[in-house]
Amino acid sequence: MDEPVDQIEEKLPEKKPHREELTSEQQIRRRTLKAFAWFGVAGVIPYSLWKWIKVQPKEAGLPKVFREVLKVNEGVAESYFSNANLAPTFPKERAAKNVRVNGRDGLRSAIDKDAWQLKVEQPGQKPLLISLDDLKAMPKQEIIYQFKCIEGWSQIQHWAGVNFAEFVNKYQIGKKDGSEEWYPYVGMKTPDGGYYVGIDTPSALHPQTILAYEMNDQPITDPHGAPLRLIIPVKYGVKNLKRIGTIWFSDDRPRDFWAERGYDYHVGL
Amino acid sequence: MKKIVHKHPLAIRWFHWINFPILFIMIWSGLLIYWAYHPYKIQVGDAVLIKFFPDSFFQFLKLRRRLAEGMSWHFVFMWLFTINGILYVLYTFISGEWRFLLPNRHSFREAWQVTLHDLGLRKTAPPQVKYNGAQRIAYTAILLMGIGSLLTGLAIYKPTQFSWLTTLTGGYETARLLHFALTIGYVLFFLIHIFQVVRTGWNNFQAMVTGFEVEKDNAGLLPPNPTN
Repeated sequence: MDEPVDQIEEKLPEKKPHREELTSEQQIRRRTLKAFAWFGVAGVIPYSLWKWIKVQPKEAGLPKVFREVLKVNEGVAESYFSNANLAPTFPKERAAKNVRVNGRDGLRSAIDKDAWQLKVEQPGQKPLLISLDDLKAMPKQEIIYQFKCIEGWSQIQHWAGVNFAEFVNKYQIGKKDGSEEWYPYVGMKTPDGGYYVGIDTPSALHPQTILAYEMNDQPITDPHGAPLRLIIPVKYGVKNLKRIGTIWFSDDRPRDFWAERGYDYHVGL
Repeated sequence: MKKIVHKHPLAIRWFHWINFPILFIMIWSGLLIYWAYHPYKIQVGDAVLIKFFPDSFFQFLKLRRRLAEGMSWHFVFMWLFTINGILYVLYTFISGEWRFLLPNRHSFREAWQVTLHDLGLRKTAPPQVKYNGAQRIAYTAILLMGIGSLLTGLAIYKPTQFSWLTTLTGGYETARLLHFALTIGYVLFFLIHIFQVVRTGWNNFQAMVTGFEVEKDNAGLLPPNPTN
């Protein structure tokens, strides 16, 4: 049977009085003092926490405990990371004509683009040298997506190049000798070593990660990282290394330019 | 004799006071992040009414060039903010406290009367049990805002993995704007909250620490309980 609405109203505790006690002045004073004393003691907790964070040894610019929590965050992010989760894409006409440039680290030295070759280092083997024409001979993948800078701005941009997972498959790199096990990290750096990033292999193998040689249907311009740059939509812009010189796979975390300057290493989106 | 009236359960007091420093850290570290790209303003036609924020503001509070630091604080304390919020919601549901907190069908009319009273346009305040209509609306709104911050925050934290959520919250840029606007909302809430607490007086304020309010007993009306 449905209860009449009025009876439900009756059940609300606000119709009942609060718990009340008759108490002497002295008792009230004692209880108040006690509560405020505890309140003061409890107030020491956030203060101590603050102090504790401040005296932490620094690890790449951050308190050690923060690095540890960021590592936990990374583990959480890896638990839901999936190749099925894609960065939304947009029609070509939405792509910015004036593509934003943010930073010249690793691009300050001169480069002979005609002589440029991509170097792939492998443990115990001679490095592979791959020309731009070799890459262009592979199927071209385009992406028009919202590039996101760690500073907070974003822009819809149009890039094209070689799918990174197809690239490593073609050149048979990234897996440990004679096994199906992937190295956990990929390192990349500019020819002059002035900028370098480390990326977890699952993010590098995400279907939208590409080695890009075109921007807005034209060869990439110098400030944007000619002749070849990384486009990795599952990471902030800082990981999208321009003017790739060398690529290698590794068991340890490769050095990362901005992680060494206080930023999170993972910065996955 | 005076009597004490139990008002705030211990758990509610803990959630309230724990939230205070955590929210402070989240707002402060949020400002460190926001500085790195701070385009928001309120503009009518060509006239900029409010700029978020003038350079002097960032300079005075030393918020500039601290993006990495801000992100680290934000992504560490987000856990505490979230856990405290979830425990608070669970507690209010399990204990039945939600009945005092959620607005009911009288709350909106009552809130209007409270507002008129607070502005000095109405002589009497409507009678209330624990929280008046305006409080119910405000305390429920702040909870919804917290959920909003959580969702818009997640939407801009992992816009690829949770692209459905980013889309749901209006897209990456809109979600960031909402995340920021909610923060401004907290600051406004805080200012009004402090003002009202000061106005209501010590007995009300200390109840958030002690848990009880002290009332003058209506002498003689209630005989002392003989079993006490």
